[in-house]
Amino acid sequence: MFEDFHVSSILVATIRSAPVLLFAAFAGVFAERSGIIDLALEGKMLVAAFAAAACTYATQNPYLGVAAGMLVSCCIVLLQGYVAINQKGNQLVFGIAINIAMSGLTFVLAQYFFQLGGRSPDLGAARFPVLHFPFAELWSDIAPLNWLFGQLLGGHTILVYLAFALIPCMHWLLNHSRFGLRLRAVGENPHAADAAGIHVAQTRYLALLCGGLLCSLSGAYLAIVQSGFFLRDMSAGNGFLALTAMVFGNWRPLQTALGCLMFGFFAALQIQMEGVAFPVVGQIPGSLIQMLPFVVTVVVLAGVMAKSVGPKALGVPFVKSR
Amino acid sequence: MNSELPRWATSIALPLLNLLSALIVAAGVIYLLGESPIEALSILVQSALGNAEGFGYTLFYATTFIFTGLSVSIAMQAGLFNIGSDGQMYLGGLGLTLVMLQFDASLPAWLLIPLALMGAALFGAAWAFIPGYLQAKRGSHVVVTTIMFNFIAASLMNFIIITYLIPTGEQNPASRVFAENGWLPRLNAWLPALGDTPLNLSFVLALLCLFAYGVVVWRTRWGYALRAAGKSAHAARYAGISIASVIIITMLLSGALAGVAAMNSLAGSMHYLSLNFTSGAGFIGIAVALMGRQHPLGIFLSALLFGILIQGGADLSLEKSNIPPETFIFIQGLIILFCGAMENMYAPALARILNLKWRKNV
Repeated sequence: MFEDFHVSSILVATIRSAPVLLFAAFAGVFAERSGIIDLALEGKMLVAAFAAAACTYATQNPYLGVAAGMLVSCCIVLLQGYVAINQKGNQLVFGIAINIAMSGLTFVLAQYFFQLGGRSPDLGAARFPVLHFPFAELWSDIAPLNWLFGQLLGGHTILVYLAFALIPCMHWLLNHSRFGLRLRAVGENPHAADAAGIHVAQTRYLALLCGGLLCSLSGAYLAIVQSGFFLRDMSAGNGFLALTAMVFGNWRPLQTALGCLMFGFFAALQIQMEGVAFPVVGQIPGSLIQMLPFVVTVVVLAGVMAKSVGPKALGVPFVKSR
Repeated sequence: MNSELPRWATSIALPLLNLLSALIVAAGVIYLLGESPIEALSILVQSALGNAEGFGYTLFYATTFIFTGLSVSIAMQAGLFNIGSDGQMYLGGLGLTLVMLQFDASLPAWLLIPLALMGAALFGAAWAFIPGYLQAKRGSHVVVTTIMFNFIAASLMNFIIITYLIPTGEQNPASRVFAENGWLPRLNAWLPALGDTPLNLSFVLALLCLFAYGVVVWRTRWGYALRAAGKSAHAARYAGISIASVIIITMLLSGALAGVAAMNSLAGSMHYLSLNFTSGAGFIGIAVALMGRQHPLGIFLSALLFGILIQGGADLSLEKSNIPPETFIFIQGLIILFCGAMENMYAPALARILNLKWRKNV
């Protein structure tokens, strides 16, 4: 049975699908370590994916597309900050509202601009160039090296390298930088942070904005790199998978990245499993295989949640004490 | 937070102001799409309320939303945010269909329909049980698990319908049509003025459920435990209420109500199970519960509003191609945003205005 399984292609696919989750999960880490529950990742990804695809199509420049995605994602984030910080509203409800509203709005806009049933036209050549290692031809004769540098480590777009470079950066930023320490203080005990002279609202806004920028990259990656077009509801639960990866990683960057790679691995496995005849059960229908990431999420949440401890002030609006 | 406001202000004025804000934003978007919001509104109202048949359809859609709204509301009373009503309704439809396919040739209607109702409630409750159990015993947040269960339900039903329920020789991903004794009686048999509308007995059942919900939540010992657990789990535990059992029972009831929502469209109108028959009714339930502030009358009125939006919206999208039915998904999100997340936005302003008046009187 296993001749149909290619470990090498699963690994490559894992690396290709991980950035979607990495960007979104780090966006979640920013928001939640500052004390704001971020269920709106899904909606922000979707609207950024749409803006990125539409702008890339219009200008034929993927960098402008990414910038457009960042802009709309930051608009949503400002609204999120207004609701969660100024209005002290319900953060869970905000997330659900944005997810539903963006699912409808992106369809309506896609239909208005392109008339393709909620899809954007193919972006064609207007995508990111694939980066190769220099001197790649030198070892192209040696198959393992060719695979290692040509497919596993090389041959990706700049967003993939950015996503993986973020892992140590996030770790340093959150654990060793002044901003990171303040952000965590605000998320754990905003009253103590406030007494120490940290501006709680400002720090939370800043954390949300950083998250908004990262989340938009996730959407842009979906639209410009992975598929090459915008499709309605193309975020397809990835925002929630990222959130689960974050819970799995105990809200810490390194472990969260590990969780993202795990989910990326299952996604890659899912694609490989389709059409493969297994012993005993035979061929598993595609619709059942599609459940895999979601079932894994529930199992992870059920198994890990009891042990994972989130930021103490998560979801609690800060009211300055007199 | 706004205890200084009188009750009529928090329960009537604020929701209306929030709703109005959502609709104004929606009107702005419709304007940007190149259509006239006033004209859109008049088409919408004319089609949903202007004639008996349209109104019948409005009530038909509202029936489903009353059930899903109740499903979300009862969970909210216990402080649980059940996003999974859609998946629970989908599974409820499966329970109902299995009973129908099994017995519709052998049982009379008076036995078959209650049995199908129980099947729907049971399957919906079972689908809600797992997230409820995981929340109560393992602390897995019910919001994320119910969302995951929606995705799982979609894949699972896809598999079940395509593999087992399509009659041989058919291509359409749907079950066979139920025999006629499984069809819920329509209300136009008694009220011919309604014309040819699918409004059926489920509407009466929905009204009964609204009443029962009000009684159970505010007039029974268990309802008190439910609300206590929702207001403050710590205090409730100290008072001897088992939080775990409240959570699990509430999720079972919530899932059962969502499952019963399938009765209206499946047994009352379509008479067969098809892919994605819920068409997002579970998510509309969230908006209904938030806008209606989980009060029976509020749930009824906001379900009616969504009935108007869906029925009028369907006709509107036929006339205006720039306003597809998905526009109402956007409006639904806006309503959840303004009535749920920003529910107290106007409270300070309102308090100031009322104070001003009060001072003048003194």
